[in-house]
Amino acid sequence: MADAAKTPPAKPAKAAPKKFMYVNRRAPYGTIYALESLEVVLIGAAFDQEVALAFIDDGVFQLTKGQDTKPLGVKNFSPTFRALGDYGVTKLYVEKESLQERGLTIADLQAVTYEDENDGFKEKPSIQVLTRAEMGAIMQKQDVLLNF
Amino acid sequence: MGYMLNGTEFEADEEGYLTDLTVWNPDLALLIAESENLEMNDERWEVVNFLRSYYDEYQVAPAIRVLTKALTKTMGPEKGNNEYLYELFPYGPAKQACKIAGLPKPTGCV
Repeated sequence: MADAAKTPPAKPAKAAPKKFMYVNRRAPYGTIYALESLEVVLIGAAFDQEVALAFIDDGVFQLTKGQDTKPLGVKNFSPTFRALGDYGVTKLYVEKESLQERGLTIADLQAVTYEDENDGFKEKPSIQVLTRAEMGAIMQKQDVLLNF
Repeated sequence: MGYMLNGTEFEADEEGYLTDLTVWNPDLALLIAESENLEMNDERWEVVNFLRSYYDEYQVAPAIRVLTKALTKTMGPEKGNNEYLYELFPYGPAKQACKIAGLPKPTGCV
């Protein structure tokens, strides 16, 4: 028993990070969902999980550039997406069909980039446009899907 | 709770964060720092100014981990670490420095 006490207990194996995907389906303003989603992403980023964001349906409007919320009297939080790279969130998937159905292209979206620590801090785009089928395949691989 | 500066009252929430971040000015920062028992020096200003410019760009106050990483990059590792920041702002750089910088209370401050 005395010997056993001397040996420090084996460190519990660190749980493998889970794949979290936040699915954003609504327009940025008018409801609180989009802002709440982004805040949860920022808070959750502290937990070292693998985080991805999906933008589907009206959710694609969240990333459009040149948003002006003055007439609405609410905060324009779209610049905050550009901070996600600092939080290690570097995968923003946008569904191609949702863009097309709304007359949008990737050129209508703001540039979101991150610095790749494993590649000499090169600046790389965070936004990737995926087809509906590709999006479905990526969703299949997630451990947790959070809908907003 | 609010702050009285030269006969004008600036509204703040119960924890002392300004309710309107557009009214912030350096004199107000000195006053808020005083109510936190902190004297502003160059080092504290450096952090406060950094927070303000970060907020201005991203509309969000950086998490402490992001703050230290960014300070390491811009000012070197001797300033981009928790120990240094807690020395300057004993009650937490995120909370105290954000308050002095006139920013809203950081979300999910851990």
